[in-house]
Parts: sequence; C-alpha cells; structure tokens
Amino acid sequence: MTTSLVDNGVNVEALLGAREAFADAPRIAQFQWRSSVSWVNGTHSRADVQTFFGFGEQQTHRKVFAFDIDHPLQFAAQDNGITPVEYVLVALGGCLTAGIAAVAQQRQIQLRAIQASVTAEMDLHGILGADPDIRNGFSGVRVDYRIDADATSEEIEALVAQSQKRSAVYDILTNPTAVTVNVS
Amino acid sequence: MHHTTAVVVGAGHCGLAVSRCLAARSIDHVVLERGEVAASWRTQRWDSLRLLTPNWMTRLPGFAYSGTDPDGYLGAPEVVRFLEDYAVASAAPVRSGVTVTSVRPGGDGYLVRTDRGTWNAATVVVATGGAAVPAVPAVPVPAAIATVAAADYRNPDTLPPGGVLVVGASASGVQIADELRCSGRPVTLAVGEHVRMPRTYRGRDILWWLDAAGVLDERYDAQPDLVRARNLPSMQLVGSPQRATVDLTTLRRRGVRLVGRFAGVRDGVAQFSGSLPNVCALADLKLGRLLNTLDAWADRSGIDVEAPQRFAPTEFPASADLSMRVGEGGIETIVWATGYRPDLSFVDAGVLDRKGRPVHDGGVTASPGLYLIGLPFLRRRKSTLIDGAAADARELVAHLITHLDTLACRRAS
Repeated sequence: MTTSLVDNGVNVEALLGAREAFADAPRIAQFQWRSSVSWVNGTHSRADVQTFFGFGEQQTHRKVFAFDIDHPLQFAAQDNGITPVEYVLVALGGCLTAGIAAVAQQRQIQLRAIQASVTAEMDLHGILGADPDIRNGFSGVRVDYRIDADATSEEIEALVAQSQKRSAVYDILTNPTAVTVNVS
Repeated sequence: MHHTTAVVVGAGHCGLAVSRCLAARSIDHVVLERGEVAASWRTQRWDSLRLLTPNWMTRLPGFAYSGTDPDGYLGAPEVVRFLEDYAVASAAPVRSGVTVTSVRPGGDGYLVRTDRGTWNAATVVVATGGAAVPAVPAVPVPAAIATVAAADYRNPDTLPPGGVLVVGASASGVQIADELRCSGRPVTLAVGEHVRMPRTYRGRDILWWLDAAGVLDERYDAQPDLVRARNLPSMQLVGSPQRATVDLTTLRRRGVRLVGRFAGVRDGVAQFSGSLPNVCALADLKLGRLLNTLDAWADRSGIDVEAPQRFAPTEFPASADLSMRVGEGGIETIVWATGYRPDLSFVDAGVLDRKGRPVHDGGVTASPGLYLIGLPFLRRRKSTLIDGAAADARELVAHLITHLDTLACRRAS
C-alpha cells in the first residue's frame, strides 16, 4: 500500500500482513487471552492482565495492567472500582471504536473525533433471584456514536456497521459462548 | 482403460459449455455424468423454484433461450429441458450414469477412476459445481427436531406439521420462508449476512442492470478482497411472474418472525444472535452503494430508464427474539438455507487447502492440465450464473489448449 495523507494512527499494513501470514501458517492465528483475579475483600477484587499467547508463542504486555472491580456505595459496597458489567461496556466501546479507526484507515477516511456513549439496561430482579422471568444479564445494550470525519454520513454509517461485523466483543455479546468454570 | 484428451466431470451447464468449446476446437473429450444431464436440477430443487436470472440471460456458448417470454424465469423442469436440448444440439459426448470416484495425476496426464472403468486423459475439467452439497453450520440441534436442507425441501406439505425455522436469508431462505408462511404455518427466519436486492430497479430487472453496467463482468483478478467476494451470499431474489421483490420487510409484513443468526439449540431452546440490526444495516448500506453505482452508470451511458429510486431501510423488530422454544408447539422443523459448497473430495491432485477448499487462479489449478469451473467468482462475478459459463469456459479451454501445445512441444523435442 502506498503512503497516504490519511493517518488515524492505525498500522493497517501490519494487520493485513498478519492476515496474509495466517493464510500460510493458520496455527499462529490461535490466541489465548488471560486475566488473573484475586479477591481482596467483600465485593472488591483485583484483576491483573499481563500475558497472552499468540503468533505461536508466549507474549507479554508492556507492563502488568491492574483493574479494581467492586460495587458502588449504593450496593453497600466500598466502590473501589467499577462493576463487572461496566467492564463489559468498556470492552464493547473500546473494541468498536478501535475497529472504526482501523476500517477508516483502510478506507482512507481521516477521522477527527469519535465519541461513543455505551449504555446497557438491566433489571436487578434477575441477579437478586427475585423474578425467574428476568435474566441476569443486560436486557439490551445501546451504543451511540458521534463521529467527525472527512466522509459522507453513509460512509460513516458503513464504518460503524463494518466495525460491528468484525468486532470480537460485539460477537461475544451477541452470540452464545461456551463457558467452563472449574475449581481445583 | 479408456483414453481421451480431456475429461469433463459433470454435465450441468458448465460441463456442457466446456464440452461445446472443446468440440469447437476439435479436442477429443468425454463428459462423465453421475446421473443424467442437469442431474441436480432434477433432484435438488423445490417445486416452486425458478431461476433468479431472466430468460434472456439463459445463454450458453452457441445456444440460448429462444422462447416467447424473454423476461420470465425458467422453472427447474424447463432448465432440465433447456440443458437436454443443449446437449443434443452440441452432440455433447456425455456418458450418463458414470460416477467419478477419483482424479489423480498418472498415466498420460490424469487417471480418472469411475464406477465404470478408468479414463486416462491429458487434461481434466471438474465441472461438478459450487453447489454440490449443502453447507450446514456445525451448531447443536437435538435429534428429535426434523431438519431438511433447502436442496431436499420440496413444498410445505412435505414438512411435519407446526412451526418452521428457516435458517438463512439469501435467495433460498426468503423463498422458502415466504412459501411456508403463505401456507399458513408459523415461520421464523434466522437472518445472518445477506445481499438485499430489489427484483426491479427504475423499471428494469435488476439483473439487466448488473449485466448492462458490467457489474457481473467484474473480474476475479481485479477484486481488492477476493476471499470476501467469493464468500458473498447469493442475491436475495426470487424469479416470479409478478417480478415481485421478496425482502425482509415483505416477509415481516406477511407475518414471518425475523430473528438474528441461528446459534443452535441448548436445553430445548433455540438461540439467536443479537446482531440482526447490524446485518440489516450492512445490507441496506451495500444496496445503497450498488444503486449509486448503477445510477452513475445510467447517467454516463444516457439510457432511457425511469427515475432513480431508493428503498426504505429494512424493517426489523425493535427487540427481536433471542430465544425460542423448540418442539411442543414451537419450532418443529428446521430448514437449512445456509448455502452450498463444492465437494471436490474426489480430486486427489494436491489442489485442496487444509479445509478441503480448492486453490486455483481463475479455475486454473497448480496441477498442470487440471481445471475447475462453476465456483463462486471463479473468473467473474457471474461465474455461478448460467450466463457466466460461456466466458469462463472459453478462457479455460483456451488455457487447456495452450497446455496441450506445451505437452506436444515437449514430446517433439
């Protein structure tokens, strides 16, 4: 790809290069993501994220990233961190926004600003076991984007649609996933 | 052992087109056919099915539709008759009732083993098509639920009573969902990525537009993302005398329940993806871009057509069902309208990838003298349409003849 004036800070050549490399060696596309969680006290836990596996070998982040997870004072908790469900919103917004930047770069669209507001509806009857008809999780998730870019509104809509199509977290939220929990 | 210069596997429209081109260049060949000419059109089509392409597009090398309804759409029995007539008109050397069991390099080029002896040929053209077997997703479905692939579906009366889940919203899925709903059944349509297409645009058949504007002629080697182009679902179309558009909005208004992509059945409950809004948005945006292309072409070429149109965004439920009961008055039958894939497991020449998919450059494989035809976007966007066979067959036969010349030169030197 030739050098261009459009720069969203995404190295699209590297991403496309990875796709080509995977075609030759599909095994290196097998990744494993990891997080280790330690209980602190009450509803407060701390999660560390440092290593992952991919490209055929063990990998390490630049440093250990630590996340506090708790519940707010209104839940009679200490509010040492955001709730687990809020991390889900963080993940979805981060994933879709990264996707928009990558797709825009590939489509030669210069972005100036992206703002997303991610909201989720939840009925607490579910997690409190107070109504068997109510599920524990979200009843719906909504993402509202405001995007300033050198593009028509149709092109911007297409960016957002394509980002959803290729988003891991969007897929994780919209489709069932097998979850196995073991105790040792 | 039989000997010939070229063996063509399959006597569908592609195999017959290749045979016609080989005959025109006086290449000795046979066409081996497991059943009769147009076998899949006899055995793998539902009763109401019609071609998606209008009759004037039903054209093959040296032969074309010549009836009185150029704008209509042939039914399956008429396609069978058309191809039979073509085989006769071409005096195609078809050997019916011969099942090819393997193709591998050997002898003078290739050994083609069949249930009726072995053929040795310098070249082989595999024309068994891109729709040899249904592509059914690997999702959990309890054995108690009746399942049928679109290729085995015939009509609403042949399904067990009760609600039906149709999986897939391309041409097959929307047609079958519509027919089942019109028969009075509760119908749920699971919608993944699809290619929304109006039957007519600005007063003309959409296939007329795609043909005239050159969209169907777009070449494989000019595609920025060929993998994606080759995996695109079929156009969401139906060929009906009324030239009706049957899209998701139409189906929803007729009472078909639209849900997201089917994820399987767990604990007696069918689960569906929450991605329905986005797959609809993707299809609406893609259609808009296509219509922009067609309008720009119409402006440039100055043709006399009606004014540009734009279609309302797809209507889908504000909160589509994510789950549905299976059995006990819920979904009693699942119809897989999830597309097809080629079955080239009999080709033993090192031309398949780790998933059994053929590796080829416009139908030319890395095994010299072995060719494929009739696969999605083989050489052009129209490669899987009947109208796509002519150009692909001519080019592949030209390549095949060059290969024969190379062999002849090698022997001479």
